[in-house]
Amino acid sequence: MTLSAQLAVQRPGFALDIELAVEPGEVVALLGPNGAGKTTTLRALAGLLKLDAGHITLDGVRLDSLPPEQRRIGVVFQDYLLFPHLSALDNVAFGPRCRHVPRAEARRNAHDWLTRVGLAEHVRKKPRQLSGGQAQRVALARALASEPRMLLLDEPLAALDARTRLDTRAQLRGHLAAFPGATVLVTHDPLDALMLADRLVIVEDGRVVQTGDAATITAQPRTDYVARLVGLNLYRGRADGVTVFLPDGFPLVTAVEEHGEVFVAFPPSAVALYAARPDGSPRNTWPATVTTVSRHGDALRIELAGTIPVAADVTPAAAVHLGLEPGREVWATVKATEVHAYRA
Amino acid sequence: MCLILGVPLAWVLARTSFPGRRLVRALVTVPLVLPPVVGGVALLLVFGRRGLLGEWLDQTFGVSLPFTTAGVVVAEAFVAMPFLVIAVEGALRGADARFEEAAATLGATRWTAFRRVTLPLIAPGVAAGAVLCWARALGEFGATITFAGNFPGRTQTMPLAVYLALEQDVDAAIVLSLVLLAVSVGILAALRDKWVAA
Repeated sequence: MTLSAQLAVQRPGFALDIELAVEPGEVVALLGPNGAGKTTTLRALAGLLKLDAGHITLDGVRLDSLPPEQRRIGVVFQDYLLFPHLSALDNVAFGPRCRHVPRAEARRNAHDWLTRVGLAEHVRKKPRQLSGGQAQRVALARALASEPRMLLLDEPLAALDARTRLDTRAQLRGHLAAFPGATVLVTHDPLDALMLADRLVIVEDGRVVQTGDAATITAQPRTDYVARLVGLNLYRGRADGVTVFLPDGFPLVTAVEEHGEVFVAFPPSAVALYAARPDGSPRNTWPATVTTVSRHGDALRIELAGTIPVAADVTPAAAVHLGLEPGREVWATVKATEVHAYRA
Repeated sequence: MCLILGVPLAWVLARTSFPGRRLVRALVTVPLVLPPVVGGVALLLVFGRRGLLGEWLDQTFGVSLPFTTAGVVVAEAFVAMPFLVIAVEGALRGADARFEEAAATLGATRWTAFRRVTLPLIAPGVAAGAVLCWARALGEFGATITFAGNFPGRTQTMPLAVYLALEQDVDAAIVLSLVLLAVSVGILAALRDKWVAA
């Protein structure tokens, strides 16, 4: 059940143009900032939004001209949209009933699904009597019970509190692994994407900007958004041997030789700050001005302006010692061995 | 009859948009502001033996609506339906259209989604609209007497009977009025309970 789709949707002030291919059993996460077109993509796949151009092909069958009820695509909506007047059981049985499965069989089937998601004792409850995590699992069971050929999930964990999220994420991972068809999930949370998906598709401004598995994307981000997401400083420049020249001519020295257009990335923890210009091994040294100071785990995240904008992590003790506060002038250094360059 | 005509009409008004929708809504609600007698005259002009549709109906099917029991039904539906349409349209607009989308992704056709999801969700609105509609029809006088006349046993409704009785037998008129009053109060009391409970 391979999905191959080319989606183009025009909206006033927004254009979506996305190509997507998902293998059977594969889980692909669409990750991107709010308003990037992730939910629009999902609605277009489900048939709730008309394509202006392009195609949706599942297993060699064109779906784009079919209405949503004939596509057999299961959807878990962001706020679940469980039917409030039906019990959990009848919500799950709704899909099979629409496909003319006899009532008794549909209910038995729904009971099985609810048992599988661990809600056997809640079958008679109405959606408003369920907790957020339970409602999420009913929504998943409802989508799976109609035996969809493909599964779409829109921010499946966004509505949950931190604790429930952890448990639900682990369970969801199990259910997605058991689902034989293609799965596309939309999220703005990188952790959800990394935990649930086999492959990430980064969407910005209605376009795919990067795809790859978690390891590649976290190690080699290609846009500022991805770099911020995975917590790296990212620049683009021209490499000539071990020196990379950024657009304004600033040279960054790396450890490995590279030539031509490259991205350069290094983590904030690799940046050291000094009150005066340091001597010694670091090859990359430049003056910078502190713009913001914020907490980041046990360390402090310092944003600096200057020759190149950069984020640095320092210990609270070091911050006090250097008197780091917005407006303070310091020297920033990065060791060449910490600077990682890769082809653009 | 109002339910059969009114609920689909309200759905069309609430869920679709087509050129002239505003005109249709205006036409549906016009009986609200029209004096009922004028409504009756309008119905006579349209369905009367020489009317726009009435002549065609009479010649094709041999059906004539004015001054028949069916005429009473038409007259009262004409006057009372706006209450239902407005109540149901309001309920539909309040209901989340995305539930219908969720139903569609589960394989429900538009009709199934409406019957099994939307209708139960707006049931209180439909019930309130139907009761209001019925109450309005119960008290209808002007359009009925103009369009359907006042034949005892065929087109005489209770308000008409009260009016007639008042001229001949005041006691009977009072009894009939009390019955009407009791029914109306009962309906409104039941309805208020429903609204307060909801």
